[in-house]
Amino acid sequence: MKKIPPFKFRLYVAGDGPHSTQAIANLDALCREHLPERHEIEVVDVLREPQRALADRVMLTPLLLKLSPAPIRRIVGSLSQRASVLQTLGLPA
Amino acid sequence: MKGKPPMKLKKLSAALSAKARTGIAGFDEITQGGLPGGRTTLLEGGPGSGKTLMALQTLVNGARLDNEPGIFVAFEESTERIAANAENFGWDLAALREKKLFLLDAQQSPDLVQAGDFTLDGMLAVLAAKVREIKARRIVFDALDVLLALLNDPVAERREMFRLHEWLLAQGLSAVITCKAGGPANQAAPEPQLSFMQFMVDCAVVLNQEMVQGVSQRNLRVVKYRGSAFSENEAPFLFGEAGLEVAGARDLGGLSRPDGPVSTERVSSGVARLDAMLDGGYYRGASVLITGFPGTAKSTLSGAFSEAACLRGERTLFISFDSDANEVVRNLASVNIRLERFVKKGLLRLVSARAATGSAEIHLMQIKHLAQVHRARCVVIDPVSSLCKSGNENTAHNVAERLLNWTKAEGITLVCTSLLDEAAQQVASTPLQVSTIADTWIHLNYLVHAGERNRGLSIVKSRGTAHSNQERELILSKDGVTLADAYTAGGEVLMGTLRWEKERAMQGAQDKREAVKKVAEATLEAEEALLEVRLKAVQLELEVKRGERQALNRSAADRTSDLARGQTQLQELRGVDEK
Repeated sequence: MKKIPPFKFRLYVAGDGPHSTQAIANLDALCREHLPERHEIEVVDVLREPQRALADRVMLTPLLLKLSPAPIRRIVGSLSQRASVLQTLGLPA
Repeated sequence: MKGKPPMKLKKLSAALSAKARTGIAGFDEITQGGLPGGRTTLLEGGPGSGKTLMALQTLVNGARLDNEPGIFVAFEESTERIAANAENFGWDLAALREKKLFLLDAQQSPDLVQAGDFTLDGMLAVLAAKVREIKARRIVFDALDVLLALLNDPVAERREMFRLHEWLLAQGLSAVITCKAGGPANQAAPEPQLSFMQFMVDCAVVLNQEMVQGVSQRNLRVVKYRGSAFSENEAPFLFGEAGLEVAGARDLGGLSRPDGPVSTERVSSGVARLDAMLDGGYYRGASVLITGFPGTAKSTLSGAFSEAACLRGERTLFISFDSDANEVVRNLASVNIRLERFVKKGLLRLVSARAATGSAEIHLMQIKHLAQVHRARCVVIDPVSSLCKSGNENTAHNVAERLLNWTKAEGITLVCTSLLDEAAQQVASTPLQVSTIADTWIHLNYLVHAGERNRGLSIVKSRGTAHSNQERELILSKDGVTLADAYTAGGEVLMGTLRWEKERAMQGAQDKREAVKKVAEATLEAEEALLEVRLKAVQLELEVKRGERQALNRSAADRTSDLARGQTQLQELRGVDEK
């Protein structure tokens, strides 16, 4: 089996509203299923750390940043459309 | 006495302070003070209609004039590009950006993928932090439609717009949201999101650009303004050197602009005899219209006025739509109007606008700008009829009217010429109808008689001035410009050779009268001399008579004394005893 480098994610959410909790849950489920033991997730709350959101130009939430492997990808939304997310991350459905 | 200001004034100032002035020339007049303070304004218009610049200008002016820091959120263009565009207007964003102006690059990368529902919470969180940090009072969302389009769902769009609006109100920010609107054709049925936004905001302004016979015309219109009076008409605007400038139509009895001062001072027209006809010259601050067919010396009269103004030391602006500046100087020198010295001194600014194109509106703004930069007290526009070149027929009249209003308010004496079409014979009205609003109207024409074409000048009207009603002959020579009395014979004005002949005849009669008078004088002189001689003779005779009488008296006295002496001698001789 080909060695796949670990995936680094940064997920921006706004507080604990429905979109935020949905996005966290969806990402969690996706990683457990497709990237077991090969993922790191950092969740950033824009309400607490607006400066970081500014630095990453986050205007819409939730927003998922795939930092590595390159290239960087940005996915906006609650990540409920899994097929689209997997395609963007370059993972087989 | 520390009197309180009257209640009315207090209320008025409170109402005005609730507005966020834009500092955009003209716009604050239309809206009676600016945009609604602490509330939201929608700025809609087609591509390239000037939304971004206008929005940015309100922020820049807010920071500069009212010390209100602002945030600019750019969804469509990079902040670098926006800043670069702003530099063209000398706004010095670099200095403002340190403390009072924050440009937020909110462009979403094109490869952004959507997977599920999302909101604008991230942006609002970022902005809330920034508002606190720089104590922002104003904010602009430029091209919000780009962001809303990402939501791709009318319901979500409305929800987010509503949330944004609520957030703005809670923050107490004076906000401007710009949004693309379709072309004029689409305006009848705006997109649903746009109409929702129009409904939501407190103030909505539409920017328009259209081409009329190849000439670009820009105008803006305030569509709604909750809780404030505003001018509902379309107002033309342009991008001047310092940004947007709106031509604010002067409302009837409007508060915004008081009447200019009225002067009774007279300024010379540059032609002494014309001054005499006008009872001293033009009024200072008056607008003078000189109409006439081609070649009737309209430019010459304008030149004479300019020279006289410069001789008084007044800064003068001369705009020629017909000739190059050098040509104007040369042509006027031929009639002894020497302007070059004043151009060199910097007193006279000669501008050729021969090749200038653009709408009448743009010309007006440029004229205003030139006059302000030159600090002109006198302005000449030769001819003002150039304003209504192709594509400007509709606006030119309005522009000319505002030109006259403006010079009057500034106390600038304005002389403008207007070409009349000889074929059309529009003597009673000028193309721009300036004649009805000008203070003094001088008409020049040709009188063709006895094989000659001579220039005639008449004063059609001159407000507040006793003026001659007689037509005069305008004479141009290398010595200068002057007027000659026109003789009327048999109800016709005599000019040129006929006038000369008449003058000669008059001169002959005068000579004859003088000769007769001389003869009469000589005769009287002779008679006088004769009488004087006779008087002298009589006086001499009188002297002689007086002498004779004196001699007579003396001899009588002598005899008496002789007699007395004789008696004494006789007594001595006789030895008469003493008693």
